[in-house]
Formats: sequence, C-alpha cells, structure tokens
Amino acid sequence: MKELQSSQERSYTPFIGPFDPCVPVTHKTYVIPPNQYIVFQPLNLPQFPLQEALKLGTLWPALYSPYESRRGRREQTKDGNESL
Amino acid sequence: METKAYDYTYYELLEQLQVFDFALVELNLYLDTHPNDLQSIQQYNTLTQERTKLAYQFQQLYGPLQNFGHAYSKFPWEWSKSPWPWQV
Amino acid sequence: MWIYEKKLQYPVRVNKCDITMAKYLIEQYGGADGELAAALRYLNQRYSIPDKVIGLLTDIGTEEFAHLEMIATMVYKLTKDASAQQMEEAGLGAHYANHDNALFYNNAAGVPWTAAYIQAKGDPLADLYEDIAAEEKARATYQWLIDMTDDVDLQDSLKFLRQREIVHSLRFREAVEIIKEDRETKKIF
Repeated sequence: MKELQSSQERSYTPFIGPFDPCVPVTHKTYVIPPNQYIVFQPLNLPQFPLQEALKLGTLWPALYSPYESRRGRREQTKDGNESL
Repeated sequence: METKAYDYTYYELLEQLQVFDFALVELNLYLDTHPNDLQSIQQYNTLTQERTKLAYQFQQLYGPLQNFGHAYSKFPWEWSKSPWPWQV
Repeated sequence: MWIYEKKLQYPVRVNKCDITMAKYLIEQYGGADGELAAALRYLNQRYSIPDKVIGLLTDIGTEEFAHLEMIATMVYKLTKDASAQQMEEAGLGAHYANHDNALFYNNAAGVPWTAAYIQAKGDPLADLYEDIAAEEKARATYQWLIDMTDDVDLQDSLKFLRQREIVHSLRFREAVEIIKEDRETKKIF
C-alpha cells in the first residue's frame, strides 16, 4: 500500500528564500491518481473481491489510489516514517 | 418515538448489502460509458439478482429500505420509524 | 423521480468527539467543490448534453447525494450533543448563534452555498471539463480533510469518498472521449 501510494506521489523542491520567517519545507508533494493515465477504461480489467471493493472505494485495482493522513508528518523527518 | 439500538446482525446484513450495492454502482457508471460490454452486463444482472434476495431478507427483519411502492410494510406503518441512516 | 433508500452508501463511524472537525467537514457539505454543488451541477447539466452521456450525469449526480448524506452523518454525529460552550470552543460559535446545532449549507469559513459555485455553459466539452476539475478539487479537499484528523474511522470514510472522486473523474473523461466521436456508429473499442 505504501509503495503504491509513493508511486502515485510527485514532489518538487520549492525555492527557499534567505529571509523566510518560518522553517522551510524542503520538498513538497502532490498526488497524481491513476485515472490520469487511463483515457478510456479497457474491458475485462481485473477486479477486487466485492468486499474489498467497498472498503477501497473502487471495483478495479487499476483505479485505486491509496492516501494516508499526513497529520503530524511535518514534525517528523521526511523519510516517510510517520506511524499510522 | 422508540429508538432501540440495532443488533449485530443488522450491521452485518447492512454491510453485506452495501457490498453488493457498491459493486452495482461501480458497474452501472462503467456501463454508462461502456454500453457494449456484454460480460459486465451479465455481472450486473447476476449481482442485481443476489442483491434483490439480500434486500428481501434485510427488509423482513428491519423494515423497508424504500418507500413509494418499492417495498411492503407491516403494521403499523414501518417506513417512518427510526432510526434513520445517519443515526445508526 | 427519485426514490430514497434508507441506508448509507458506505458505513460512517466517528470515533473521536472532535467537534472542531465538523467545522472543517462542512466544506464538503456546502462548499464550492462539495457534494451538494456536485450533485446539483451534474443533474442540471443533463438537460443540455448529448444523449449518450445523460445517463452518466444522472447516475453520478445521484451518487453525490449519497455522499452528501455521508458528510451530513459525520457532522451530525459530531455536533448533535454539543453544548453552546462546546460549539464555541470548537470554533463554531458564529454557527451556533445562527443555527444552534442544525446543519447548514455553508463552507468551512461559514460562507453560505451559492449557485455561483456551479456552471452550466451549454457546451458539452466546457461542462464536462468543469466536472473533471470539480472531481479533482473534491479529491484534494478530501486529502486535506484526511490530513486534519487522526480518527482512523473517520479517515476510512473520507478515503472512500476520495476514491469515488477519482472514479468519477475517469468516467467524465470517458464521456469527453464519447462526445469527441463524430459519428454515431463509430466505436471507441
């Protein structure tokens, strides 16, 4: 799950000014969900078992995009070791 | 109005119904843009059949899921009885 | 005609009595990219769009009402037992002064919902692109809401709603592909 989420994450390093008043964030991230790489869903894509489909919010693994809360993440080192 | 808490079976059955209905929503939206996918139409119809059975069982125990003539009522009128979905 | 179904689309459990979170969740109730705006936007665009995508707009618009009910459930559970003082402490003092514990269609900053949040250009391409943008904006809002709570159960329901935005966005992009087709007989696949 973690790997899938990080594969859908993009990041950039914003310019850090010498007079920034607050501790700067060295890299910022955003999500590109898998829907951006599908123009038209092909037929017969593999499906999740129905129970899991409800839990995850889609019937098809190809459309699934995990997202974990970033609450408290900024206080920690950016190696992504936040506990959840 | 009486508001007795539901038993474990209620939540169990409700979630089973949510499982089927979710798959049906997903297939429905998919079929809206893929009207010629025969296999998915067959899956939709099969799930609709299973859903109908499950909904019947649920409604026998916990009252109608729909009104306006889409489900039967026992006496007294069951539809307007609490709890409502946001209360459970 | 619409028929109400007496169940939520997905279970909503709120574990933590974090009333402040209700103030933020209301963004998806009566905000610009919220579920009310989404439902009304799609159901209104139906009347001036090629027949081949009317079904999709109807069905996604309908599903949005199920999502609106889920958000309402979260806010209801968090605020139903809150006293005036608790509301005030949660940043909902201004809300309480006007609405007591009632839900209202406004955004997280208390700005009431307005039809200006939605567009209907009458041009299928313009309207569908608005819909795609709306879904991605709602997805982003859900991300920020998930970031704001440590209630794992609440996160669970919000993650479901976020994933639905992703699926809807794809369907709207498929709808764009469908209206791009110049002949009725031409097939996508």
